[in-house]
Amino acid sequence: MSLSTKLMPQNSRAATTSRVFLLILRLRIFLALFAVLVYFAVTTDRFLTINNLLIMAQHITIFGILSIGMTLVILMAGIDLSVGSIVGFAGMAAGYLIMEGIPIGDHVLFLSVPSVIVVTCLIGLVIGLVNGLLITYLNVAPFIATLGMLYVIRGAALLSNDGSTFSSLAGYEELTNTGFFFLGTGTVLGIGTPVWILAGLTGLAIVLAQKTPLGRYIYAIGGNESAAVFSGLPVRRVKLFVYAFSGFCAAIVGLIVTSQLHTAHPMTGDTYELRAIAAVVLGGTALAGGRGTIIGSVIGACVISILNDGMVMSGISNFWQMVIMGMVIIFAVVVDQAQQRLEKRVLVSI
Amino acid sequence: MAHEEGAEVVVETHALYKRYPGTTALADVNYRVYSGRINCLIGENGAGKSTLMKILAGADTPSDGHVSVRGEPVHLDSVAAAERAGIGIVFQELNLFPDLSVAENIFIGHELKRLSLISSSAQKQHASEQLKRLGLDIDPDTRLGDLYVGQQQLVEIAKALIKKVDVLIMDEPTSALSQTEVDVLFEVVRSLRAEGLAIIYISHRLEEVMNLGDHITVLRNGEKVAEDLIANVDIPWIVSAMVGGSAGEFENLPSSGHAPNFEVRNLTLKRTNGLYALDHVSFRAGRGEVIGIYGLMGAGRTELVETIYGMSRNAGGQIVLDGADLSNASAIKRLKAGISLVPEDRQTSGMIQGMSVRENMSLSSLPSYAWSRLMPWIRRTLEQRDAEGMISWLRVKCASASVPMTSLSGGNMQKVVIAKALLTKPKVMLFDEPTRGVDVGAKTEIYKAMKAIAEEGVTVIYTTSELNEVLAVSDRIIVMSTGRITADLPRTQATRDQIIECSAPTAGAAEALIFS
Repeated sequence: MSLSTKLMPQNSRAATTSRVFLLILRLRIFLALFAVLVYFAVTTDRFLTINNLLIMAQHITIFGILSIGMTLVILMAGIDLSVGSIVGFAGMAAGYLIMEGIPIGDHVLFLSVPSVIVVTCLIGLVIGLVNGLLITYLNVAPFIATLGMLYVIRGAALLSNDGSTFSSLAGYEELTNTGFFFLGTGTVLGIGTPVWILAGLTGLAIVLAQKTPLGRYIYAIGGNESAAVFSGLPVRRVKLFVYAFSGFCAAIVGLIVTSQLHTAHPMTGDTYELRAIAAVVLGGTALAGGRGTIIGSVIGACVISILNDGMVMSGISNFWQMVIMGMVIIFAVVVDQAQQRLEKRVLVSI
Repeated sequence: MAHEEGAEVVVETHALYKRYPGTTALADVNYRVYSGRINCLIGENGAGKSTLMKILAGADTPSDGHVSVRGEPVHLDSVAAAERAGIGIVFQELNLFPDLSVAENIFIGHELKRLSLISSSAQKQHASEQLKRLGLDIDPDTRLGDLYVGQQQLVEIAKALIKKVDVLIMDEPTSALSQTEVDVLFEVVRSLRAEGLAIIYISHRLEEVMNLGDHITVLRNGEKVAEDLIANVDIPWIVSAMVGGSAGEFENLPSSGHAPNFEVRNLTLKRTNGLYALDHVSFRAGRGEVIGIYGLMGAGRTELVETIYGMSRNAGGQIVLDGADLSNASAIKRLKAGISLVPEDRQTSGMIQGMSVRENMSLSSLPSYAWSRLMPWIRRTLEQRDAEGMISWLRVKCASASVPMTSLSGGNMQKVVIAKALLTKPKVMLFDEPTRGVDVGAKTEIYKAMKAIAEEGVTVIYTTSELNEVLAVSDRIIVMSTGRITADLPRTQATRDQIIECSAPTAGAAEALIFS
């Protein structure tokens, strides 16, 4: 932001106007968040209650966490359509591990809850890794590879219990594998566990994206992959990491949702990938790659979730909700294009 | 003895000028094209050949002067206008659609229609006729991508011919062809001449020109410096007309006695058509030595440096740096071992447009700015310090290291790409056409920087297709032609004529002039 102030001629009024305008455009996702909060606080009763805010925070975490993984993928000019299916499969995996256990010979192995969480996260990671391998080593376009994986993993989730759910994941007192619900519904210092997880992952991803060579490589690959190759960057390894990370985030979401519902349903997470992409786009990340921020996407997820909950609370019909949501996404991209044009103009007017 | 009596001048330019900001591409060019003749156009890169042809083909407009066709002044302000005037062009790069059929390619943009639908049968019939005229016996339904490059070239010619042109411009049509394909093409060109077409033939291959042409026009620095009947001239005449009488002053004294530390042995790389892009290339380089690689388009310069850098996976041969065999190492490992590359096209392969100058500079050496492997934070102050150091050392003109890359001029962008390679602390630095698309002032600075880099003990290897530039800073000159090294000599022993002769693809100098 210091850029525009330094480059713009100070004496020109038009230049000052466009500078202010540009600043507004750059901060638009925060303004959008503020706007939806104020709008629903004014128009809807019980919106600004602690209880409601806590519930909304739970909803935000789901798309917030998904959008973190998705942001890294999209920054790299990729796409991951398989995250919704991974959410469902991870939930089923956790349900299976808690309720059925792993049969080994005549015995059945039940893992403790922390182990179940670790194993489930690993499963998400491995599925993401397979996405990455398909894309890097077999040269499958990211859209196709992850679209295929969307079906494969959803099918696997349905197969895992023959289309049925694993209900009441309380665990068994005698096996000491209880306590799974803490992940989704527990609180630490009065704030829900999922919110802590979202905050932790957001912080981690921001540091990764902004401060480490890996993060710089992700931006570089999305900005110009050919130049990244010529610069000697480990392009394949970076891609593998990013897709694996996206799978990992999806698995965490799967655990949280399952824990909140006390039930693992094989269709959980259906079309979540589209909402995650919408949050990323709303947050100002370019689908062409190379430009965007983690925090933008997380705020984008907040806007989408609050808009959703707010519309439900003010009794707007389900059908109108979809129309409005779609228009918001398209409007966000139109505004983004306007910002890009203005950025160029400000740059040229040096 | 320029004008040929008895031959009709079909196209003539009158005092043609083309000015670009900072340069004059064409100055007072009075060019004549005779019908029923093969009119050869010769000149070094940047001499103005392409600009002149673009104007005749309607792809560019002159700043001053005009063009007349059969004595009538014409306005060639679009390709369509040029086609109406009867001028067609076959570009050096094929502009074809590999997944469409031959007939569809020939009629693209000029489809034959009946009831506003494409009439495939009529297209096929006409395509067949044109192909027969060119001696190409193939089914017009064949998928274009299944043809050999030489055949594709003929399809491109057929595409120009269906527009009923009587002037056909051919821009280096043989650069991608094998010898047999060249022979076929020559027959076609001769038969078109017999039909009364005026052929404008651009080529770097002087023997081709001698063999095929009727008229020759030589451009140098945007001016027409000579024209004559081919019958009256020989290769030395052409060379001296191209490069001018002046031998040029060598500003830098070449140094010698560099301790050899880098060796390339029998490097091979095959193109998809089975021809060698690199045909057993071997050379040695010493610490602090500056080697200029000269070659025309398609000589294999880019392939050589990219293969050395590790970008070609199916290359054969050995690459040894400081006794370590890097033949099977990936580009990432070679970069770590000390080989870096400033690629030919900085926009597509050299820089990340969306990043700042600082981020671009540090991109290849980021791990060295991290605290440690476990705590891989980039130390911003170190990164900033190195970027600022590079900005002042290479004299990059930018407000600060944080400005976006896209706000820089071409020459300064190139310096940033050089800084990126330099920050990897290389032992061997490869520059692929480092001065392409930069202005004259920046060119000098870039060559000065290369010399300075060599003085730090780095082996500098650069490619160029400009004679003055290969002579400018090199200690040694390697000339390449069709994938082979045709000359490897100290600059003190190199002469312009010799370099041009060795670079000609069919020149007899294939026996290779190698001094130790």
